[in-house]
Amino acid sequence: MKTLLKIEAGAKLARPEHPLGGALVSRGSLIGLGTVGVLLATWYVLTMVTGTIDTGRFPSPDDVWVAANQVVIKGYANGRLHIHILHSLKLVAMGFLFAIAVGVPLGLLMGWSSRAEALINPIFLLVRPVPPLAWIPLAILWLGLGDSAKVMVIFFAAFVPAVINTYAAVRNISSPIVEAARMLGTPRTALVLEVLVPAALPSIFTGLRLALQASWTTLVAAELVGAVAGLGRILNVAQQDLYPGMILVAMIWVAILGWSTTRLLAAIEERALPWLVVRG
Amino acid sequence: MRLDPRLTIARSETLMLGSLGLLAFLGLWSGIAASGYVPRSFLPAPWEMVARFTHLLTNPFVGFTLPQHLASSLGRYAMGFGLAAVVGIPLGLMMGWFRWLDDMVTPVFDALRFIAPIAWVPFAALWFGTGIGGPVMIIFSGAFPPCVINAYRGARYVERHLIEAAEMLGTGSFRMITEVLLPASIPSIVAGLRVAAGLGWQSLVGAELIVASSGVGYMMVQGQSAVSTTTVMSGMMAIGIVGVLIDAALRSFERSVRRSRGLD
Repeated sequence: MKTLLKIEAGAKLARPEHPLGGALVSRGSLIGLGTVGVLLATWYVLTMVTGTIDTGRFPSPDDVWVAANQVVIKGYANGRLHIHILHSLKLVAMGFLFAIAVGVPLGLLMGWSSRAEALINPIFLLVRPVPPLAWIPLAILWLGLGDSAKVMVIFFAAFVPAVINTYAAVRNISSPIVEAARMLGTPRTALVLEVLVPAALPSIFTGLRLALQASWTTLVAAELVGAVAGLGRILNVAQQDLYPGMILVAMIWVAILGWSTTRLLAAIEERALPWLVVRG
Repeated sequence: MRLDPRLTIARSETLMLGSLGLLAFLGLWSGIAASGYVPRSFLPAPWEMVARFTHLLTNPFVGFTLPQHLASSLGRYAMGFGLAAVVGIPLGLMMGWFRWLDDMVTPVFDALRFIAPIAWVPFAALWFGTGIGGPVMIIFSGAFPPCVINAYRGARYVERHLIEAAEMLGTGSFRMITEVLLPASIPSIVAGLRVAAGLGWQSLVGAELIVASSGVGYMMVQGQSAVSTTTVMSGMMAIGIVGVLIDAALRSFERSVRRSRGLD
């Protein structure tokens, strides 16, 4: 299990000697905060004071505030903000959960049984090079512009990383662990549940994280192509209305949702893998 | 099923099972298509897809043949990917050397990272139009992060004694970056380029579905509105084949770089 520990954190010490030296920890975050502050101030000055940036192309802070208020209170593109957010979240959750419900067991099967791998791998290699976004037109032809087409595309996006990382996880379990468990007469179900699955979990979670990111990208693309609700729908309508403030609001919400669902997955990972936290 | 990761099977059995799986897949697909349970326009048979693909190689669809669409896609792709490498690699190396730059850029970079490249589509269309500029910007936003991150990592993990030796000889920042950090980070940079190439290709497809007037993605959207499933599938096939070729080319490049440095 030692190899599965996250040792990258320790490797940070190998940073080359810096001209500025590395004594102060807070100095870095101060510079970071300062940069963000300067950027925001520059944005304000260039759009609202000097007018160097055309607000028809990039919104001023004021425009963003107005757009944010409008979408929250009055609604935009057939609905208020929470409706769009819930709609997008629902589609990502469905596609993602469906993909891992199929992908993780398939990866486990391919990892454990060479026969299953030999049987399934060629089909997988045939489908895998097609990027998830390239399924969008076919999904629309098959299922129309509704929710099921989006769930199908998100499924394809999340499925591949889920299978690959689970498969690699099982393949990389060191055989002494399995042999030791066998020697102690561990029954088959216990071998799966108490040895193989815990040993494979860290890498499976890596796959889930990649799958989640792919799900969000694909959702936005699918909703941009055509949707009745969702954050991509806001982006699409705002683009047609030439409404930069609303475009930025929708982009910020895409980032917030992507970030918070990733945090949620990380929290689940910490609960599921307490031993890594304790040792790390 | 035996629960043993070490169990291996003979090569001939792998080959046999593999072809069995493929045949079952293609057989099922052909069977459903030929049975008439689903309309042909909905699910064409594999041979119909291949026939359409070869037809598109020489006959134009929405103005261009498939190779012409591909050429237009690849032109955009080369521009976006090239721009990402030319801007991203020096930025990553400089962030690895100047801590103040690292402290300045990293928070901004981390905030932008969670915006999916595709979410830039409306701004890309607004700023650069739907011809070449818009799609190039989307490809750039997909390929840029791995270029920066891998150059940065490469520069950060350079062996300390190399830097100390160069510093002792009075090397300035510019030569330190170009003559010490860059050569030492090449393997990491090349690995980043491969990731960037894949992400860029994906973003290209997304960009062309939404904001382009030529290219394979555009051809697929037009095929979709004409309810020509075979055209859409031919586009998917072309995208898959080109994606595999790009990855194979960069993979062999990465291998030769690693071998020339004695890493493999």
